[in-house]
Amino acid sequence: MTTTASTLDRPATPPAFQAVSGSRKIKNMVATVLVVLAFLIALVPLVWLLISVIARGYQALLSSDWWTHSLKGVLPKEFAGGAYHAIIGTLLQTIVCAVIAVPVGVLAAIYLVEYGRGRLARVTTFMVDILSGVPSIVAALFIYALFLSTFGLGQSAFAVSMALVLLMLPVVVRSTEEMLRLVPQELREASYALGVPKWKTIVRIVLPTALSGVVTGVMLAMARVMGETAPVLVLVGYSKSINFNIFDGNMTSLPLLIYSELNNPNPAGQLRVWGAALTLIILIMLFNLVAALVSRFSAIKTK
Amino acid sequence: MIGAMTSDSGQPGVRTAAVRRPGDTIFRTLTTGAGLAIVIAIALIGLFLLIKAVPSLAADKDNFLISANFVTTDPNNLMFGIRDLLIVTVLTSLVALVIAMPVSLGIALFLTQYAPPRLSRPFAYMVDLLAAVPSIVYGLWGILVLGPALEPFEIWLNSTFGWFPLFATGNIPISGAGTIFTVGVVLAAMLLPIITSVTREVFRQTPVMQIEGALALGATKWEVIRTTVLPFGRSGYIAASMLGLGRALGETVAVLLILHSSPKPANFSLFDGGYTFASKIASAASEFSQPLPTGAYISAGLVLFVLTFVVNAVARSIAGGKAAK
Amino acid sequence: MAKRIDVKDLNIFYGKFHAVDRVTLAVPPRSVTAFIGPSGCGKSTVLRSLNRMHEVTPGARVEGKVLLDGEDIYASAVDPVEVRRTIGMVFQRPNPFPTMSIRDNVVAGLRLGGMRNKKQLDEIAERSLRGANLWAEVSDRLDKPGGSLSGGQQQRLCIARAIAVQPDVLLMDEPCSALDPISTLAIEDLIGELKKDYTIVIVTHNMQQAARVSDQTAFFNLHGVGQPGRLVEIDDTEKIFSNPGQQATEDYISGRFG
Repeated sequence: MTTTASTLDRPATPPAFQAVSGSRKIKNMVATVLVVLAFLIALVPLVWLLISVIARGYQALLSSDWWTHSLKGVLPKEFAGGAYHAIIGTLLQTIVCAVIAVPVGVLAAIYLVEYGRGRLARVTTFMVDILSGVPSIVAALFIYALFLSTFGLGQSAFAVSMALVLLMLPVVVRSTEEMLRLVPQELREASYALGVPKWKTIVRIVLPTALSGVVTGVMLAMARVMGETAPVLVLVGYSKSINFNIFDGNMTSLPLLIYSELNNPNPAGQLRVWGAALTLIILIMLFNLVAALVSRFSAIKTK
Repeated sequence: MIGAMTSDSGQPGVRTAAVRRPGDTIFRTLTTGAGLAIVIAIALIGLFLLIKAVPSLAADKDNFLISANFVTTDPNNLMFGIRDLLIVTVLTSLVALVIAMPVSLGIALFLTQYAPPRLSRPFAYMVDLLAAVPSIVYGLWGILVLGPALEPFEIWLNSTFGWFPLFATGNIPISGAGTIFTVGVVLAAMLLPIITSVTREVFRQTPVMQIEGALALGATKWEVIRTTVLPFGRSGYIAASMLGLGRALGETVAVLLILHSSPKPANFSLFDGGYTFASKIASAASEFSQPLPTGAYISAGLVLFVLTFVVNAVARSIAGGKAAK
Repeated sequence: MAKRIDVKDLNIFYGKFHAVDRVTLAVPPRSVTAFIGPSGCGKSTVLRSLNRMHEVTPGARVEGKVLLDGEDIYASAVDPVEVRRTIGMVFQRPNPFPTMSIRDNVVAGLRLGGMRNKKQLDEIAERSLRGANLWAEVSDRLDKPGGSLSGGQQQRLCIARAIAVQPDVLLMDEPCSALDPISTLAIEDLIGELKKDYTIVIVTHNMQQAARVSDQTAFFNLHGVGQPGRLVEIDDTEKIFSNPGQQATEDYISGRFG
């Protein structure tokens, strides 16, 4: 008549939570480890590369001549002169490129978002994708074939800028397109309902609303093209001195400086190579930083 | 009696008999023109490369497709072909993809599924930084820093697995590691941010319902990913990899700096040297003067253009097919 | 200022889809007309066709006539932009321009229309904000962005923006559906004041609101899925809510369907 204690202790129903089987647990663990490992692997080249460039190049940047002087009259083995001419060249070529690519790119994006329907719009979207995949050396060859070979023009920084335009256009179009699509349809309707014509609605309401995003995209696009090397190898000559004329003469940019000084076996040449590489990275990071700031600044304002 | 009419306050697709504001007409023409300019630009690239390539192709004494020569010193005796350029281009890109694809997949999963939400953005930004480094700096790092470090590993691979054709002794000595293998590793680092950024966007869009459904069935995290995220994001991942491939095929200056040239033809080894399409063109850029020899390089550029066009078009159709579903 | 609207045999299509079938109605000046009916019955579509806003949707097309004091707004010589300047609209969700200050929002229509005189613009801004019962709340922060206001204030800002261009007619597409009860009350009071100067047509989901603010009410309905919407009847609001002429109206108002 004694009910055993064990019967009483036993739960009436089986436990609600069964342990996950061992093999499933192990698979889950392995997957987690692999995925984290993949991320760490990505950091290896980044950290390694940045450390190498900084370690080998920072000394060049410490001299004030680096930021204020060209290499005019400097001997290959002399630790003297600077990258001023190349910084000027890089900025000039990038800005001239942006001056051409931004209006065309923004207008094309407006076409795709506000007007584009039907076949031409589909073809345009497709071609923007194709253009974004065109290798920089092909863009450079095309400008060579058109400007230098067909029109008989000489090498110039302007030719470089034109090749960069081809590389920058799709980036500007894509980012602008994305930003314009984020502008609520309601704002366009509100403007139409006030009796504002469509073009004015786009120029005065839609574009200003998307402006910070567009500027961010443009800054990122500029950062992307200023490191391009292939076009400067094909389309412009190397110069040790400063040149402000984009239509005539040789003009050095930072990539071109790196490429030319690579042939200089002296320690001074090596320092210039890594110094220019570090300068280029800093310049690109600056543009990225400004882009990030612009997008943050505006996010507050539109909220 | 119908006062019927359609109108157009600038709306496309609707014909109108009504008033059109000049401002709208001008602006519309302007934007359409900009769109058209892009289409024309692509057409012109193809056209001009073709025009400049044809005379040289006609003067080519070798078979353009199968010759390993690229001799353009004598305009009257051009002998050039793309056999080696094609082999080296494809091999470097494939090595890059084989390394970059799984790693990018892992990174994308890490960023979207594993990383703590607050850290996901800064982590993603770090990966994106890889894309901000210009290719000439990758080239510098590849040949002066990474190459020497990889050299012992490549020698070991070659001596241990040399019986396998891909790891056979190449047409250049491994010393200095200016090999296809090294180029592939550097290209892989350059592809990581490209493949990752597209893939993680697709993974982010996995319907929450599906994930919660799988979780409700008692699936582990990995099982959730395998049954929902991966199937959902597969086509996006493949399209992203194709985009990466297109980028690798056309990479110029990093390859030019790293890869040693070789007097001997390529023999399908990862320890070969030589030139890709892009690096071959860039290597001769300073000598472009006479039309016929230059045309030989432009023909190589044309092949590269067609190659990247096809790869990008395929990538787009894979990604687009998904959106249409 | 206020003008009358006559709609005659209006059919509205979206591409091949027949959205609204043969609507005929009249809206007298200085009155409030409410459009009610179940979702998808075409009441908003009819409202948007009254100032040609539906044309923003590609493929939209209209047959029939909409007369503003006898003038057909769909006549071939008429510019839709002019139509919208004369017939203003307020939307479901408040949509101030995010890049503009409160003052600039109010006078946006005039400035984009080319008015430059700063003094005149300031006067109109104040008059319009007073007209929208918002002046007292924002007069000290006219340079703050429009988005900094509460939802109800934003909607009144949008009304101020609409009346700043001095339209003849004001269309309101469920203007209170995104607002809390107190803000709704403020807007309803405002509608009562605005009808002294404007012809108002309002679409609403809320039958009590229709009963409170409107002079006449139009009930729209559709016979089935895929069928076009129709106007069932239009009459004095009092009559519609106490003794409607159609069984369908009675069913809808008494909550038996919809």
